[in-house]
Amino acid sequence: MSAAPVLERPAVEPHLDPALAAGEDVRPTGRRLGPGRRRRLAWLLGPAALLALWTLASATGLLDPRILSEPWTVVATAGELLADGRLQENLAISAQRAGLGLFFGIVVGALLALVSGLSRVGEALIDGPVQIKRAIPGLALIPLLILWFGIDETMKVLTITLGVFVPIYLQTHAGLRGIDLRYVELAQTVGLSRTAFIRKVVLPGAMPGFFLGLRFAVTGAWVSLVVVEQINATSGIGYMMELARTYGQTNIIVLGLAVYGILGLLSDGAVRFLERKALSWQRTLAG
Amino acid sequence: MAAHPGGLTAVATNAVSVRNLIRGFGPKGVLNGVDLDIAPGEFVALLGPSGCGKSTLLRALAGLDHDVKGSGVITVPDRVSVVFQDSRLLPWDSVLGNVTLGLREHDAESRARNALAEVGLAGREKSWPHELSGGEQQRVALARSLVREPQLLLADEPFGALDALTRIKMHGLLQDLVALHRPAVLLVTHDVDEAIALADRIVVLDHGRVATVRTVTPDVSTAVDAAGHEALRRDLLADLGVVGTSH
Repeated sequence: MSAAPVLERPAVEPHLDPALAAGEDVRPTGRRLGPGRRRRLAWLLGPAALLALWTLASATGLLDPRILSEPWTVVATAGELLADGRLQENLAISAQRAGLGLFFGIVVGALLALVSGLSRVGEALIDGPVQIKRAIPGLALIPLLILWFGIDETMKVLTITLGVFVPIYLQTHAGLRGIDLRYVELAQTVGLSRTAFIRKVVLPGAMPGFFLGLRFAVTGAWVSLVVVEQINATSGIGYMMELARTYGQTNIIVLGLAVYGILGLLSDGAVRFLERKALSWQRTLAG
Repeated sequence: MAAHPGGLTAVATNAVSVRNLIRGFGPKGVLNGVDLDIAPGEFVALLGPSGCGKSTLLRALAGLDHDVKGSGVITVPDRVSVVFQDSRLLPWDSVLGNVTLGLREHDAESRARNALAEVGLAGREKSWPHELSGGEQQRVALARSLVREPQLLLADEPFGALDALTRIKMHGLLQDLVALHRPAVLLVTHDVDEAIALADRIVVLDHGRVATVRTVTPDVSTAVDAAGHEALRRDLLADLGVVGTSH
């Protein structure tokens, strides 16, 4: 009896259950439909498994180092490049490009979403062009941007900005338009001014959408960065990898990929951290 | 209890005056010429079956019916507060932030704290709305409306979503608060007992018109006059077209 699954109904003489007799807690705990309690660092499990698989495949010789360098070689390469300063230098310039592009993209996207979400004229003027921009792959604009701005930093930051502002705009706009009309009524009955309405109702109400957009935007910023750095750059992680390709240095290429991956993960984690802090009023499945 | 038509009291002294209010036209008319006066400090319950137009009337008084076609004359005081059926607290603002919402006075925060203490929620200022029970949320909504010292309090089935026990407690709380702040009150409800317990006067609305108006004396309200209480209850149920009730 005591070994029976918790959900199974005791068939005979339930009062003789030894667990019950021992005073143990045998409440039939009904299955919760949510994903369960949040565990710290649980998100690291997947990446760690991937890393273990890679190590195992390299150690057993299943993976040819010419195809994909061994993890330890990549770590050693990272050490060398750090020692002569090349990694930090390229990382700094890459981070600067991504950061600037992200910053301008967030500002532009959020402002456009606000104007478009709060006025019909704004929506008529802004929403259409943004949807058209969305339909054009960001990379297809690069030839034009090179003609206009050359191949210096302006062009690189602008390419990233153009990739970033679209998801920020779309999600913030959707969040804004999704604000419950009942709150708008409430704002009227307590006599909120237009500014107070935006500050107290519109901005906080659009926050969940904005943060969703931000997560897309951060990933998008790194993607655009890779492209601009591999097409025409003389510095940055992408350039470092492109150079390594011409010399057949798989280890540096893989190191570059690992750096991009780590940057992407870290920045996504940072956004999620900010999101949890800013949206602590929400009660959701994510918990 | 004698019924008498509303709208015959002196207009100048009234907190609320509604004349020939029409909302929607023709066979689809929601309000078909409503006259209503509420004296300062008077508690009026608006009773009626679903779809009789009582919420429409309240929304007209609250100025929330911009998109509705209609005509008529409405006079309301400067300071009007509304309590909705849902507490309508901003989920992203603290309890205190919800009460001070839209207050411009420099002492807004201390007044809000007082208002929260009045509804028995002192110490919950920093909570999020979702951390409160349904009854507590509605008490915050009451604090939010009364902190503005309204001359008119409009309440649209404010206790409709609460369980029976909480509702009885909220009746007592509302009576205390109204005695303290003395606003004119228009309470929309479909609950006959709630109307009798709270109101000085009960207006029954039917098909967009005032069907009957019945005054409630304190003895009837508290059922000290048990026979009067029962008679009023029976009359109101008859007004509402509910027949054959076994009480």
